[in-house]
Amino acid sequence: MSSEHELEEPSGPHRVVGTPSTAPAALDLTAEEVASHEERDAVALLPADPEDPVRASRYEKVVAALFVLAFVAACGFIAAYIGLEVGSVDATLRSNLALGLSLSLALLGLAAGSLLWVRHLTPNIETVEYRHELRSAPEDRAKFEEFFAKGTAVSQVTKRPLLRRTLLLATAPLALAPLVLLRDLGPLPGTSLRTTVWRKGLRAVTLGGNRPLRPADMATPGSMITMIPEGYQDDQNALAKAGVILIKFAPGELHIPTIFNGDTQLYGMNWTVENIVAYSKICTHVGCPVALYEQTTHHILCPCHQSTFDAANGANVIFGPAARALPQLPLMVDPDGYLAAASDFTQPPGPSFWERG
Amino acid sequence: MSQDTDTVKIPKALQGVGGWFDDRFHGARGFGVLMRKVFPDHWSFMLGEIALWSFVILLLTGTWLALFFVPSMGDVVYHGSYTKLNGVTMSQAYQSTLNISFDIRGGLLIRQIHHWAADLFMVAIFAHMLRVFFTGAYRKPREVNWLIGVVLITLGMLEGLFGYSLPDDQLSGAGLRILQGVLQGIPIVGTYAAYFLFGGPFPGSSIVPRMYILHVFLIPGLILALVTAHLFFMFHQKHTQMPGLGNTEKNVVGQPFWPYFVLKGQAWFFFIFGALAVLGTFAQINPVWLYGPYTPLAISSASQPDWYMGILEGTLRMMPAWEINFLGHTLSLSVFIPGLLIIGLLFTAMAVWPFFEQWATGDKAEHHINDRPRNAPVRTGIGVAAVCFYGILWAEGANDVFADKFQVPLYTITWISRVAIFVVPIGAYFVTKRICLGLQRKEVGLLTHGVEIGIIRQLPSGEFIEEERPLTDEERAILDSKKAVLALPAPGEPDANGVPSPDSRGVMGWARSVANRAFLETVAVPDGHGNGHGHPDGHEAVEGGERAAVGAGDSGESGESDGHEEH
Repeated sequence: MSSEHELEEPSGPHRVVGTPSTAPAALDLTAEEVASHEERDAVALLPADPEDPVRASRYEKVVAALFVLAFVAACGFIAAYIGLEVGSVDATLRSNLALGLSLSLALLGLAAGSLLWVRHLTPNIETVEYRHELRSAPEDRAKFEEFFAKGTAVSQVTKRPLLRRTLLLATAPLALAPLVLLRDLGPLPGTSLRTTVWRKGLRAVTLGGNRPLRPADMATPGSMITMIPEGYQDDQNALAKAGVILIKFAPGELHIPTIFNGDTQLYGMNWTVENIVAYSKICTHVGCPVALYEQTTHHILCPCHQSTFDAANGANVIFGPAARALPQLPLMVDPDGYLAAASDFTQPPGPSFWERG
Repeated sequence: MSQDTDTVKIPKALQGVGGWFDDRFHGARGFGVLMRKVFPDHWSFMLGEIALWSFVILLLTGTWLALFFVPSMGDVVYHGSYTKLNGVTMSQAYQSTLNISFDIRGGLLIRQIHHWAADLFMVAIFAHMLRVFFTGAYRKPREVNWLIGVVLITLGMLEGLFGYSLPDDQLSGAGLRILQGVLQGIPIVGTYAAYFLFGGPFPGSSIVPRMYILHVFLIPGLILALVTAHLFFMFHQKHTQMPGLGNTEKNVVGQPFWPYFVLKGQAWFFFIFGALAVLGTFAQINPVWLYGPYTPLAISSASQPDWYMGILEGTLRMMPAWEINFLGHTLSLSVFIPGLLIIGLLFTAMAVWPFFEQWATGDKAEHHINDRPRNAPVRTGIGVAAVCFYGILWAEGANDVFADKFQVPLYTITWISRVAIFVVPIGAYFVTKRICLGLQRKEVGLLTHGVEIGIIRQLPSGEFIEEERPLTDEERAILDSKKAVLALPAPGEPDANGVPSPDSRGVMGWARSVANRAFLETVAVPDGHGNGHGHPDGHEAVEGGERAAVGAGDSGESGESDGHEEH
């Protein structure tokens, strides 16, 4: 392998034999010069020994020590895997620490060793490679075009439009088929985003406790509580639309304007019970639960994007990206004295959608 | 440097194996080229490598995690090692994530390494992208690799989003809720898109298995294919290199693949893996057991996504409440604009930029020597403006954290960001461009006078002079790497044949000329102080976008001006 190598004096510091001098002007090479340099590069010889043999042997020991450290750490990793059980939080933390520490040491030992190796045990050299012009030679392009044109002619594809068109015709529906196959990924939305499971007389129960509430249970003004329709506590799809917040106000604090959209009532004091109002808990922006309530200002805040609603005033938007007030759920007291819905929401709760109107 | 010629004797057995393969695949020549391939040495070239090695680590750890993760939203009641959640109903996805964390040896470590690697992957991609942008490494012939990079960033964001959403915990569920709300906000098709992705109303029971197949198969497959193409093109077109003595447009100076890059790459891979292992051991990330399983009516404040999705979160927070209702339809601008439009425009601008720059500068030449950012003031200015734009949107994603930590009203922060998003990038562009030109001016001084060495001498005449040393060849080569931008003909101006070129006519011709003027502003290096070649026309400076002489050819080294630069 070494016999065909030719040797030259290095022409500058750290520049390997077989590469041109460092004078920049000399590197503006003609094509023939590039070719001849490539020939020489092909047999260019790397110096086998580091510049400083003493330093190299010193680092050889350091690198070897690091590799031994990595070996020990990797053995430690296997030992920790075998020796340390998991199955409780404390055991997991112990195991994680032992496994992680040994793995880190093994990897970093290998890393540091490899780095010192290349830095101190190999000679610091530079080689030069020459670029070819990326653009093909004109005759190659011409040959390509010629053959492509000939092949096209042989295929008859240009001469027989009937074949060409029927082929395209045949592939068009096949190309559509994968899209068609995606149709059953989900049902069509229909009007399902407009309605929830709330209906007249359906009781509201507490989230988590599933307990119905009497108006008297919310005696203290200022409290906010999340309620869900009774019997739907395990139906996440229902809850994601139907969750409401109940807020109790002191007398005279709640001023909900009566708002109609055509014949449909959207907001009104007549939907409250003893100064308790129910709003949708789903933000009208992108649907996070509006979970934060500030008693003193009556502000409902969505923690996701900080849309802020005025609970005392029909949950109007005060700040943030939500464009619409939180829908109000009409409340009533059922024959047993518990809070229940007087009807479903009269407008779609949750984020806007194209068909909402 | 040693002149010893000793090489290693290749063992007979290895030669035999090599020969066996070469008999069949003709590999000696191709792999010989590979072994000699030159890798230029510059710290910034390691950024892309971080992304590559992070991706390898993601594939390794991800495959292992997939052996234990159950991608199902079926309900189970938890009874396991994390006793605080005993008796809680949760999805199998969440349960299996708890099992990986607490019941499988090494599970927590690998999970945390996987998550940290994903964050590092995205950091490295962005850092690499910025390096490529600011040095102009995307220029001809590397535009396709730039476009692949833009797609890879997009895929990386999606891959990360789907990945951290898989455990079906409270935090990631909130992210999915936002995703669903944003999809629903797309005009015309949004409701259908949301229903098809989630298999019906939110949350449904399909989203986790669907994200799973996207996360472990489709998107990583695409990323792997594109990374392969990215590396292949880089290999085929050869690396760019930084300006320096001996570095030309026709060569690549560096160290050969074998053994240098193999050793360095190995060291770098182990360093990155080691650093991620340290993070995975000591820095807790995404402790899903603290969040609990997802329920649609619970949320915690300061819910933030992983960092690379922060820009979307911030854009959503910044947006004012715009919504248009017409003809029975709702156009949810406060969702659609921040959720998809802004980031779409940003990435489109990224993809279009190399072609815009070519159009505005008329520069169709190949470039293999990277620009120094100061030598391309418009590009650097635009890049800093884009970074500011991104940064403000990103920081706004944590406005509640800022409000809490600095005791500033939340709405004030949002209002500041709403103003800053317009003012800061524009200001940053002009300031950056001025700084670049100032640095250029300083370097003209260095080239013409040399470097001040800090000694002041009084001449017998009483005059004070500063002592200077001439630049070294290396310094001169770097400072002299600047290329002047070619001036395009004014709109409608006749060319050499007496006819206006089609490119210069009409509205587009006018726009091109306006853009071109911005690119022309530069501080030219005076003749006779360069490295002995170039600057044939001997001019002083081009300042303020005056039209320069046309027809200087592709060298782009020529220009003409009023010469009102003071010296």
